[in-house]
Amino acid sequence: MELTEEQIERYSRHIILEQVGGVGQKKLLSSKVLIVGAGGLGSPAALYLAAAGIGTIGIIDGDKVDRTNLQRQIIHYTSDVGIEKVKSAENKIREINPDVTVETYHTLAMANNILGIIRNYDFVIDGTDNFPAKFLINDACYFEKKPLSHAGILTFFGQLFTILPGDTACYRCIFNAPPPAGVVPSCSQAGVLGVLAGVIGSLQATEAVKYLLGIGQLLTNTLLTYDALEMKFRSVQLSRNPQCPLCGQQPEIIELKDEEQPVCDLKNCIC
Amino acid sequence: MKLIVNGEQRDLTDGLTVTQLLVEQKVKMPDMVSVELNGRILKRSEFESVALKEGDTVEFLYYMGGGTWN
Repeated sequence: MELTEEQIERYSRHIILEQVGGVGQKKLLSSKVLIVGAGGLGSPAALYLAAAGIGTIGIIDGDKVDRTNLQRQIIHYTSDVGIEKVKSAENKIREINPDVTVETYHTLAMANNILGIIRNYDFVIDGTDNFPAKFLINDACYFEKKPLSHAGILTFFGQLFTILPGDTACYRCIFNAPPPAGVVPSCSQAGVLGVLAGVIGSLQATEAVKYLLGIGQLLTNTLLTYDALEMKFRSVQLSRNPQCPLCGQQPEIIELKDEEQPVCDLKNCIC
Repeated sequence: MKLIVNGEQRDLTDGLTVTQLLVEQKVKMPDMVSVELNGRILKRSEFESVALKEGDTVEFLYYMGGGTWN
């Protein structure tokens, strides 16, 4: 594959970087990234990866755009309210960069569908908002040996780390299983500063690009935490847990299954 | 005894258990925390039994989902 003149112009600020160059840009154009969740984290990740010229971007999301999403899910516009999030996201990605092929999956990520989807991608971004999905993605990436950027956000805090399954600490090495449903703060109590999702989602996109280019230090075995009120980042060292139920010495999880989904019991939830 | 808790030096009562440290640190929802002691993730069942000692490094790692629930 040779870059066209238009592509050389479009990606000139990448190509001029010694660590990227034309070779790196071609790598990005032939790469496939899957974003699970076209929400707060997935929005900035998808926009930047589209602009970066990732050849194929896959998006899984079973939701439709809701007015309450617009405060932080910046890939969706006011006029998108009511349409599928995957469709809304696809439209923006195409507008930003026609080089990108978009694959959409209007479905919840579940044990019975995620492996077949993940298999086709080089890197996975977890942009989901609930624990069963986060554990499912972690486990699926382990079984398919796919690198994963995990992230979570809440109120004014965010955190992320990158997982190279079998080589570096996974989500279950740190958090054995989803918390008991009863202790998870309900959506009416939680909330999130919109821009926080932008910070963390953009960092996830950075990890994807670095992984695909094979440059820099990935955020493996390190949890990066961000406190927006104090404006502080911290790196917490992690290591693989020999007692991890997934990737430890005596694994208990040998096949993919859905974790119990705590249900929000609020009608017309404002989350 | 002096320990490092979440990157900050703290001077705390000798022999404090992890459960007591969670209370002392005013962690409202201990079920939403994983505890790393000197680089090792503790089992939840160890919170009651493991006593902290001088020079320990403790990290509280919080479960963080998203700002929203579907």
